[in-house]
Amino acid sequence: MDETLLRSLTPSVLGILVRRGIDFAAAEDAVQDALVEAVRVWPADPPRDPKGWLTAVAWRRFLDAARADTARRRREDLVDEEPAPGPAPAVDDTLQLYFLCAHPSLTPSSAVALTLRAVGGLTTRQIAHAYLVPEATMAQRISRAKRTVSGLRFDRPGDVATVLRVLYLVFNEGYSGDVDLAAEAIRLTRQLAAAIDHPEVAGLLALMLLHHARRAARTAPGGSLVPLAEQDRGRWDTRSIAEGVEILQAALARDQLGEFQAQAAIAALHADAPTAAETDWVQIVEWYDELARLTANPVVRLNRAVAVGEADGPRAGLTALAAVDDALPRYTAVAAYLHERDGDLATAARLYAEAAQQALNLAERDHLTRQAARLNALRRR
Amino acid sequence: MAKYLLLKHYRGGPAGVNDVPMDQWTPAEISAHMQYMRDFAARLEGTGEFVDAQALAPEGAWVRYDGEGRPPVTDGPFAETKDLIAGWMVIDVDSYDRAVELAGELSAAPGAGGKPIHEWLELRPFLSEPPTITE
Repeated sequence: MDETLLRSLTPSVLGILVRRGIDFAAAEDAVQDALVEAVRVWPADPPRDPKGWLTAVAWRRFLDAARADTARRRREDLVDEEPAPGPAPAVDDTLQLYFLCAHPSLTPSSAVALTLRAVGGLTTRQIAHAYLVPEATMAQRISRAKRTVSGLRFDRPGDVATVLRVLYLVFNEGYSGDVDLAAEAIRLTRQLAAAIDHPEVAGLLALMLLHHARRAARTAPGGSLVPLAEQDRGRWDTRSIAEGVEILQAALARDQLGEFQAQAAIAALHADAPTAAETDWVQIVEWYDELARLTANPVVRLNRAVAVGEADGPRAGLTALAAVDDALPRYTAVAAYLHERDGDLATAARLYAEAAQQALNLAERDHLTRQAARLNALRRR
Repeated sequence: MAKYLLLKHYRGGPAGVNDVPMDQWTPAEISAHMQYMRDFAARLEGTGEFVDAQALAPEGAWVRYDGEGRPPVTDGPFAETKDLIAGWMVIDVDSYDRAVELAGELSAAPGAGGKPIHEWLELRPFLSEPPTITE
């Protein structure tokens, strides 16, 4: 059974239930029950109309739950006068769900969890596993999130930027456990791009595809990080790159530049270079300048310093770096890299070791320690 | 079964035999060390004795309550505190002897020159739930 296909029906089924007048939290529970049932039943007995099947089962589950709960007698009345399904604009419902699950009243971690469950159709257990927290903790997070948004009107358009931030967070979390969050984020962004015509949605989708294309090349067999310049470009996924570039070009042609399109343009320039040495760093610096105009995020200026170092030499890079806040994560690592390029191995080794102490994750710490060790070994010769 | 915490210290414990900072090793020695740690954890998963392993950043801060309506007091970061925990592994094993055996193996991870580090690991039993049958 294609679980991805099954989960792709989640938002529209949920949308239909909410339109029938069920509150969001109860509808979401019913859809989850229906998904679990589908996983059980479909392999032996696949339905002809999967969406109709899911809707019917979810509706029945809701009725059962409403009947079982005497405190919900009023809802039972509602059930007795069951409304006709009516024409359900599926695409529109999907979009509304994205807005609801990324609502600004939710904290980022709640919005992420709710989006993965209500839009993505993942189970609480899967989400808990992916974020390495106990299932009970994730269940609480999701039910609190549902309570937060259940009073909100379902038909009010939201801000697409909040949705994009949530999807970006999911993508960046990467991969752990049996759910591939990066692939899931791409799927959800693709679905969003089908529901709304917006150049930044396209920009984010392109950005994800271009980064995802490098995934196999990004880690060595032992699990250590391989920096961009040393990656085996033959292992990049050319189909994913081609798709990302095509989506990006169509978005850029509309002349409404945004942060994600600019980031994707930088990723596309890297993808475009047959070897690291052939990278068009001058153009990359121009895109960073563009990006700096679009966002106040200081990380942009840090990354720009690296690009300047490649385009105009390490001295220019260090000058650019001097204007950046030195408290930023990875600042020391960038300084180490530029000093190494400048030939000052002693300073570079010291800074790599210092950067390793400040690293935010194990893979980066190991990588930076290895860089320090490599330079120290060179200096001993 | 009993759970034990294997605690690795950046500082604070007695110095190991082969005590050289990692950035003074060769890259190949670092890779060999990482591989040993991964293999060790994988083997414990295989035997059904692995519970959890986490690494900690070297810098932290002290925090305490400062009275009604006031924000908590923070002090630090203390990069120079005497005792500094680097990370831990939690194991669930049949006996204290098994826990000691495993801690010994973990301490034999290769370091500079490809020789075992012989680092001191702190072994601490978890306080368990009370047993059902007590008389």
